[in-house]
Amino acid sequence: MRQFWVFVVKEFYHIVRDRRTMLILLGIPVAQILLFGFAITSEVKDVQVAVYDPSRDAVTRQITEQIAASSYFDVVEMLDDASRINDIFKYGRINLVIVFGENFAENLQHTGEAAVQLIADGTEPNQASLIVNYIEGILASYARSAMPAATAPSFTIQPEVKMLYNPQLQSSYYFVPGIMGLILLQICAMMTSIAIVREKETGTMEVLLVSPMKPIYIILSKSVPYLVLSMVNLATILLLSVFVLHVPVAGSLFTLLLLSLVYIFLSLSLGLFISTMVDTQMAAILVSGMGLMMPTMLLSGLIFPIESMPAVLQWVSAVVPARWYVEAMKKIMVQGVGIEYVLTELGILTGMATVLVVLSLKKFNVRLN
Amino acid sequence: MLKFLIEKEFKQLSRDKVIPRLIVMLTLLVMFVFPWAADQEIKNVKLHVVDRDRSSLSERLVQKVVSSGYFRLSGPSASYDGAMPAVERGDADMIMEIPSGFERDLMRGETGRLLLAANAVNGTKGGLATSYMAAIVADYSADLRAENGLPALSSAFKVESSFRFNPRLDYKVFMLPALMVMLMTLLAGFLPALNIVAEKESGTIEQINVTPVPKTLFVLAKLIPYWIIGFVVLSLCIALAALVYGIYPTGSLLTIYLFTTVYIWLVSGMGLVISNYSDTIQQAMFVMFFFIMVFILMSGLFTPVSSMPQWAQAITAINPLKYFMQVMRQVYLKGSGFMELLPQFFALCSFAVVLSVWAVVSYKKSA
Amino acid sequence: MENVHNPVIRAVGLTKRFGDFTAVDHISFEVSAGEIFGFLGANGAGKTTAMRMLCGLSRPTEGEGFVAGYDIVRQSEAVKKNIGYMSQKFSLYEDLKVWENLRLFGGIYGMKEREIKSKTERILHELGLEQERNTPVRSLPLGWKQKLAFSVSIFHDPKVVFLDEPTGGVDPVTRRQFWGMIYEAAGRGITVFVTTHYMDEAEYCDRVSMMVDGRIEALDAPARLRRQFDVDTMDEVFRRLARRATRKGD
Repeated sequence: MRQFWVFVVKEFYHIVRDRRTMLILLGIPVAQILLFGFAITSEVKDVQVAVYDPSRDAVTRQITEQIAASSYFDVVEMLDDASRINDIFKYGRINLVIVFGENFAENLQHTGEAAVQLIADGTEPNQASLIVNYIEGILASYARSAMPAATAPSFTIQPEVKMLYNPQLQSSYYFVPGIMGLILLQICAMMTSIAIVREKETGTMEVLLVSPMKPIYIILSKSVPYLVLSMVNLATILLLSVFVLHVPVAGSLFTLLLLSLVYIFLSLSLGLFISTMVDTQMAAILVSGMGLMMPTMLLSGLIFPIESMPAVLQWVSAVVPARWYVEAMKKIMVQGVGIEYVLTELGILTGMATVLVVLSLKKFNVRLN
Repeated sequence: MLKFLIEKEFKQLSRDKVIPRLIVMLTLLVMFVFPWAADQEIKNVKLHVVDRDRSSLSERLVQKVVSSGYFRLSGPSASYDGAMPAVERGDADMIMEIPSGFERDLMRGETGRLLLAANAVNGTKGGLATSYMAAIVADYSADLRAENGLPALSSAFKVESSFRFNPRLDYKVFMLPALMVMLMTLLAGFLPALNIVAEKESGTIEQINVTPVPKTLFVLAKLIPYWIIGFVVLSLCIALAALVYGIYPTGSLLTIYLFTTVYIWLVSGMGLVISNYSDTIQQAMFVMFFFIMVFILMSGLFTPVSSMPQWAQAITAINPLKYFMQVMRQVYLKGSGFMELLPQFFALCSFAVVLSVWAVVSYKKSA
Repeated sequence: MENVHNPVIRAVGLTKRFGDFTAVDHISFEVSAGEIFGFLGANGAGKTTAMRMLCGLSRPTEGEGFVAGYDIVRQSEAVKKNIGYMSQKFSLYEDLKVWENLRLFGGIYGMKEREIKSKTERILHELGLEQERNTPVRSLPLGWKQKLAFSVSIFHDPKVVFLDEPTGGVDPVTRRQFWGMIYEAAGRGITVFVTTHYMDEAEYCDRVSMMVDGRIEALDAPARLRRQFDVDTMDEVFRRLARRATRKGD
C-alpha cells in the first residue's frame, strides 16, 4: 500500500509541474462554464426592427412606439420605400420588417380592414418564430386596449401559462448542467488516457511494469490524481454556477454528488479503455477527441435537444454516457426532483462503468501476457 | 524548389494513416450527422392532458391540439399533481389542465379557463411550445364562434406574418452553410498547423533549416496542399448540400469562393501562429482545441450572437468565424452580393493580414 | 585546392549565451579545405551549439564566423547553399521512400532532374541499396539510415559537411564503414567537420579540438596531442582535460 501512495504522489508531481497541463485541467473548465453560462444563450433580445409605414398616423406611431419600448426590440430604421424591404435583409442586420397598410387609422375605424404585415428573416428558425410571436403579442395587447368594449367576447379561452423550473426562460439553466458532462469527460477520460499512453510512448511504462507493483495498482495510481482533480473541478463548477451564473441546485446535493461520482468513475474507465487500445499520445487525443468529445457535444443533449433528432441519432445517443448524465443533472439541478426519478440514468451509468472497467482490465491483462 | 517540396507534402499526405481518414470522416460528419443533430426545431412536444371537464368541448380541444402536429399525447392523468411526476421523470414536456366547468363557462358566455404548465428547463422549447398552444387555443375559440353563428372576432386589425428566406423554417438550411465554415477552419487551419509541429517534433525541420530553402517557401509548400483540399472539400460540400438536401446558394458561387479564398488564407495564418508557439503536437492540439471551441461557440453557429450579453458580443468582433459564417449564411439564404458583404470582407481581410504578419514575425523569432 | 591559405571554416571569438549561461565561450579556430576536423567534448560542453552557429541555425551572441568564405550571420543563406548537415537526431523523412528522400534534397539544392536521377542511381549503387530504393526509410535498419543520411547531406557536393555525432548508436562494423565514407568524401575535397564523443574516432581525424565548458582547451593533430599530454590514447588526453571541467554533463 505504501508503494501505491508513492506512485500516486509521483503522478501528482507530473501534473503539478507541467504548467500547461495544469492550465488545461483547471483553467479550461472555468472558461467553458463561463462561456456556456453567459455567452451561449438563445434568448431573444436586441431584435433589430425596420418599419415601413406609409400611413404615418397616430395609431401606427403608437404601435411603433410600443414596440420600440419593449426590451426585446430596437426600431432602428424607418423605411420610406417599399422596394427597400427586400434589399435591407441582404445586409444581414435587420431581423424583422413591420409593414403597415395604407390609411391605417382610418381603415381601423371604418372598414375594420387595417392590416399589418410582419416580415421576419427566417434564417434562424426558432429566433424568427419567437420574434414574430412576441410582436404578435404586442399587437394583440394593443388591439385589446384599443377595443371599445372592455368585456370579453363569447367563447374566449384564457390560458394561464406556467413556466415550470425556469420562469425567466434563462438559457443557462439548460446549458450549465450539460457542460459538466463535457468537462468531467474531458478531464477524466481524455487526460487520463493521454497520461497513461505517454508512459507507454516514452517507455517508462515498461519500467513500472517490471517493478514489484501489481499492474492494476499502477493503473489505479494514474487515475487517482485525475479523480481528485475532477472533484476539485466539480466543486468549482458548482460554486460558479450557483454564485456567478445563478443557476441553483434545486435538488439534493447528495444525489448530485452520487451521480457525478458514478459519472467520473465511468469517465476514468473510458480513459483507461482508450489507453489500452492505442499506443501513441496522438492517437489517444484523436480517439478521445473524435470518439468521445464530438459525440458528447452533439448527441448528449448538451446543446441540441435529443428529442428533436431523427430516430437513428436518438438510438446512437443512447450509448453516449454523457447523455444520461446530462439528463439526470438537469432533473436534479434544475427540476429539483428526488433520486427516485433518476434511477434509470443512474442504473445505465453504473452498468456502463462496470462493463468498461471489466473490459479494460481484461484488455490490460491480455497485453501483459 | 517549391515543386519538390509540394511533391513531398503530397506523398507524405497520401501515406499518412490518420489525416486522409480524418478529412473524410470530418466531412461526412459535418454533412450528414451535424445537420440532423443540430436541429433545434421544436416538434413532438410530449403533452400530458388533465381533462377534468370530460365534455365534448374539452375533448374537441384536445383533438385539435393533437392534430396540429406539434404535440404528442404522452398520457392522460386524473389530476395536475398526478401529472407532475411525468414531467419530473421527463416523460412529459407540458401539462394542459382543463378545469371542470370548462364547457359550462364557455356556453354561458364566460371566459373559459385553461392551465398550461411547460417544462422550461429548455427555455426556447418551453416558450415556443406555449406560444404554439396559445395560437391553437385562439384558433379553437374562433372555430367555436363561427359554429355558433357569431361574427369573427373583430380583432382590431389583421396581422399577417411571413418568414423570408427560409419559409419552412428548416434548421438544415440554416446550419449547413455555417457548418461548412467550421469544416474549412479545421481543414485549412488545424491540420497544416499540426503538420508543421509534427516536423518540429521529429526534427526534420532542422534538416530543412540548414538547406537554402527559404522559410516562407517551406511553409508555403506545407499550406498549398491544404488549400487545395479546402477548396475540393468545399466544392464537394456545396454539391452534397444541393444533391442530398436540395439546398443551393441563392447568391453567387463566385462570392462564396472569393470569401473562401480570403478565409482559407486567414485560418492558415492562424494555424501557423499556433504552430510557432508550440513545440509538441500535444501542446498544439490543446491550444487549438481551446481556441476552436471558443471560436465556434461564439460564432453564432449554434446560438445567435445577438442573444449574448454585450461584453460577449464585443468579444465576437475579433472572431473571424463569425464573419465568414455570416457571409455563408447570407449568400446561401438571402442571396447577398459582394457589395452587401463589404464590412465582412474588410474584417476578414484585416484578420488575414494581421495573422500573416504575426505568423511571419513569430516564425522568425522561433528560429 | 585553390585557396590553401584561405580556410573553409574560420571562427573568431565565437560566443553563445543563453541568459546567464555561456554555452560557447570565445572559440577561435580555422579548418582548411579537404580536412577532417574532429570536434570533441563531453555532453554539454557546447559542441552542438557551436556547430549550429556555424550552420546558420543559431545566431552568435558575440564574435564572428565564416564558412566557405561567407559570413555566418550576414550571409547565412549563402552559407546554407555550400554546406551539408547531418544532425544528431535522425532527420530524413521516415515516411518517404529512399529515392524520394534523395530526390527531395536534390531538388531543394536546385539540382536538375537528370542530375538527380543519375546521382541517385550512383548513390544507391554505392550504398548497396538498389533493392531498397522503394522502401520507406522508416523500415531501414539504423546503420543504413545513418549512411543514407550522410549520402543525402553530401548529395549536392557541398564545400563543407557538418556531422553531429553521426555514429551514435550504431555497431562498430557500421562505424568503420561510415568512416570509410567520410574519407571518401574528404578525398573528393569536401571538408568534414565532425563532432563525436567516441575517442577512438578522434584518431581518424586530421586534427581535433577538445572542448571543455564551452572553451577549446586543445587543438592539434591526434598524434601531437598524445605527445603533448604524454599519454598513449586520445581517451586519456580527453580524461586529462575533462578533469578541469566544472560543468556537469547531462
